[in-house]
Amino acid sequence: MYDVAIIGAGVIGTGIARELMRYQLKVVILEKENDVADGTTKANSAIVHAGYDAPFGSNKGRFNVEGNAMYGQVCKELDVHFKQIGSLVLAFDEEDRPTLQELLENGKRLGVPGLEIIEPDRIREIEPNVSQKVVAALWAPTAGIVGPWELAISYAENAMDNGAELRLNTEVTGITKKENKFHLMTSTGEVEARLVVNAAGIHADDIYNMVAQSEFTINPRRGEYFLLDNEVSDLVNTVVFQCPTKMGKGVLVSPTVDGNIIVGPNAEDVQTKDEINTTADGLDFIRQKAKLTIEELPFHMNITNFSGLRAEPSTGDFIIEESKQVAGFINVAGIKSPGLSSAPAIAVYVAETICAGILGSHAKRNPAFNPKTRKKLRFKDLSDEKKADLIRVEPSFARIICRCETITEGEIVDAIHRNAGARTINGVKRRCRPGAGRCQGGFCGPRVVEILARELKISPMEVELEGKDSHILVGETKGGADE
Amino acid sequence: MKAYDLIVVGGGPAGLAAAVEAKKEGVDKVLVLERDRELGGILQQCIHNGFGLHIFKEELTGPEYAERFIDELKEMGIEYRLDTMVLDISDERIIHVISKAEGFVTLVAKAVILAMGCRERTRGALAIPGYRPAGVFTAGTAQRYLNMEGYMVGKKVLILGSGDIGLIMARRMTLEGAKVLGCVELMPFSGGLTRNIVQCLDDYDIPLMLSHTVTDIQGKDRVQGVTVMKVDENRQPIPGTEIQFDVDTLLLSVGLIPENELSKGAGVQLDMKTRGAIVNESMETSVPGIFACGNVLHVHDLVDWVTDESRRAGKFAAKYIANPGGQKEEAIETIPGQGVGYIVPQRIRPSQVDQVLELFMRVRDIYVGQTVVIRVDGKEVQAKRRGHMAPGEMERVKLPVSLFNGPGVKKITVDVESR
Ligand SMILES: Cc1cc2nc3c(=O)[nH]c(=O)nc-3n(C[C@H](O)[C@H](O)[C@H](O)COP(=O)(O)OP(=O)(O)OC[C@H]3O[C@@H](n4cnc5c(N)ncnc54)[C@H](O)[C@@H]3O)c2cc1C
Ligand SMILES: Cc1cc2nc3c(=O)[nH]c(=O)nc-3n(C[C@H](O)[C@H](O)[C@H](O)COP(=O)(O)OP(=O)(O)OC[C@H]3O[C@@H](n4cnc5c(N)ncnc54)[C@H](O)[C@@H]3O)c2cc1C
Repeated sequence: MYDVAIIGAGVIGTGIARELMRYQLKVVILEKENDVADGTTKANSAIVHAGYDAPFGSNKGRFNVEGNAMYGQVCKELDVHFKQIGSLVLAFDEEDRPTLQELLENGKRLGVPGLEIIEPDRIREIEPNVSQKVVAALWAPTAGIVGPWELAISYAENAMDNGAELRLNTEVTGITKKENKFHLMTSTGEVEARLVVNAAGIHADDIYNMVAQSEFTINPRRGEYFLLDNEVSDLVNTVVFQCPTKMGKGVLVSPTVDGNIIVGPNAEDVQTKDEINTTADGLDFIRQKAKLTIEELPFHMNITNFSGLRAEPSTGDFIIEESKQVAGFINVAGIKSPGLSSAPAIAVYVAETICAGILGSHAKRNPAFNPKTRKKLRFKDLSDEKKADLIRVEPSFARIICRCETITEGEIVDAIHRNAGARTINGVKRRCRPGAGRCQGGFCGPRVVEILARELKISPMEVELEGKDSHILVGETKGGADE
Repeated sequence: MKAYDLIVVGGGPAGLAAAVEAKKEGVDKVLVLERDRELGGILQQCIHNGFGLHIFKEELTGPEYAERFIDELKEMGIEYRLDTMVLDISDERIIHVISKAEGFVTLVAKAVILAMGCRERTRGALAIPGYRPAGVFTAGTAQRYLNMEGYMVGKKVLILGSGDIGLIMARRMTLEGAKVLGCVELMPFSGGLTRNIVQCLDDYDIPLMLSHTVTDIQGKDRVQGVTVMKVDENRQPIPGTEIQFDVDTLLLSVGLIPENELSKGAGVQLDMKTRGAIVNESMETSVPGIFACGNVLHVHDLVDWVTDESRRAGKFAAKYIANPGGQKEEAIETIPGQGVGYIVPQRIRPSQVDQVLELFMRVRDIYVGQTVVIRVDGKEVQAKRRGHMAPGEMERVKLPVSLFNGPGVKKITVDVESR
């Protein structure tokens, strides 16, 4: 029997798992997809918000500010890309100024450091390319950008390094509680646990409904994006938001940690929880809105579009608590934006205060806990001497597989064999970026298929792009693969 | 640091022809660097025939065409490295490469020829809405899977874009037993060679839908369907014209982009229109001693023209190596005028032109019975009527040097006019 079963391997579930490993507990993460970070965690704006806009007294307000302050250390321990580049909220006419002032005051109350309203000359020093219409901006120096799936993958890896179990392709289909024990029915068999942490993202209400009549519902609200080639990476230097108005929240333009520019999102309520498609209308909306920030955004430099679903809770705030109906069942639900920013703080709170609190003396500290992951070797960031040294020891680092991003075979093999390693083409892409560049895998795709097949000892025809039935190859040609 | 006279980056048809030509012109130490496992570049996956009609007067397959140059290269004892990736090139022609065989190595050359070829435009370039399932391939990637790895990428196929690779793949997948339901083209004309439309679509009853585009992709894991719509004259989809295709695969043949990341690193000036280097009549870029040819310079539709152009690059690189000071003189600029998309070369030094100057160009639209007019500093010097011109087919224009080598000449303009 497990002490804690966590449902969902997004940034929330994996973060909690990692913090739980600071105790001598038996922990399992159950994930329905074939990789971690396959839900909302892989499709968002990737911003670590400063935390000035949630209402004072809300969970969102509290955990965002706390989470932001923890980011530097967590990302260092887990070797995750994080850059504290600051953010601007642009006001395009004087009527927007009071809104900036409100955000400033709200932020101060919540304890956000360094907030300031700045004027056009200073704005243009920071962001020379923004629209001439800008009259003022809120500057938040603590805002940052992060690799969102990188964080979740590294959380999962570190949790596993410290003894947690990860079960992929394991969908929770039913939950019962008998005496003090939960029985979780899954697509790969039954799992027993003392505590259940419900971190199932947009499905958190469905999961809770398996044990109780949910007191909340989660509605999917879609956000779509453009991602621009890193050739135009110097378009903006900071996270640039637009002032929220009666007309809506606007869209953001921001660098990503990989040197691309991300533009979006829109916000649209959708009917089902699998509408992760992009739409012509959604993309047009973003094109139009983004013009406000930068008049001539180079959309012809787009390399990909994607969309994510916000988990919009009926309560309006993050739900982070033990169920009042079912003891030992912990909901971490409705974690919409700023959920990523809040993740490190939510993880500590759920693990320490809630789980360890309930388990009491059963939760002993784990003296062997190692907070650090093994360093990832990023070939292209090495100096010439280090490159030469590395290749002498490990020649597979001399074979470049992804030419757009200069990714070597050695990095891909490592990404497959680490804890919580890659199993799919996109899994490899999220861990070390082949296929994430401007050719989008046109060149490296076949080679990554080959490496995955070899390392996992499967046929190339079994290799998947991402989902369970996302095979790339459908058979051999008449001549066959051995010809 | 190992030193060479000439280093050729890329072992495709452009690099091979350039290296062979330079060696023939007496360059001693020539090295060809290729990141793939074999020489020949993209030709190795083009197993259909139709190559070499102009150069060899016979119909060869891609690998056969490449083989002729590979054989020549080997006979001449030209050095080459496979599985070797060039990481960067400096404006001083210092080159970093890595390979499993030799590790991280620094090289230097008296002259460099860039011949890296191009890559395919992807779904992102068009921002096609919909899901992002498996089963969306660029035509070239699908071609590699079929022809080199021996795998099928789908059973029911739609093709977006009527570029040559897409057309060829329509036939190839049909021959392998797949059903190709159509070829969809945004423009009112095809982007491919006429002969490919006939031989790859018409011969197999595959419909070509002009002025149409893909507006949605269904299927979360694997493609389950594709929506196509008719577009208006502004290329915007017309509501109500949706056609649903029940396919598991979408191939994209929507253009090629020269791969100039290394060129940019070396400080080479690029042309916004070709997305390749700005070169002079000798195929020399803005950085002295660095030359460019083939698809990295501009996208060609026939390998024969690549070979011609690359031989020129090889010859002039040899000349540069023998006399690096070179000819310093004001260059004449070539200017694409009305109806012309681009012209290569962009700069001409008349003293370096051997009797006849050859310009490569692409027109912007389909033209029938129009006249190509060349003006030197505004004065008409040549006008030739052409039967049929299309953006998918590169045009070549020949101009005797006597027509433009007067003193103080600034520009040569090419226009398409109806007369
Ligand atoms: C458009 C958009 C923009 C955003 N921008 C930001 C931002 O800039 N900054 C920020 O801080 N936050 C942002 N967010 C919010 C942030 O992305 C989320 O808060 C965060 O990713 C939520 O993580 P999660 O682990 O709760 O959910 P998920 O990542 O969705 O993880 C839930 C997991 O549960 C699994 N699961 C579901 N049901 C089952 C089952 N029955 N059995 C097993 N497994 C199951 C799913 O497969 C999934 O992997 C944004 C969100 C969206 C949609
Ligand atoms: C900051 C940032 C930078 C990025 N940089 C790059 C980049 O450089 N290059 C690049 O190519 N992309 C980039 N992206 C896009 C990134 O790849 C996206 O996160 C994208 O959504 C993932 O793309 P994908 O093709 O991997 O998956 P997608 O195809 O977008 O995801 C769809 C998959 O999600 C799965 N899924 C999600 N939720 C569920 C659910 N509840 N149930 C079942 N299945 C579900 C489906 O199985 C489906 O296959 C970036 C994104 C961000 C946020």
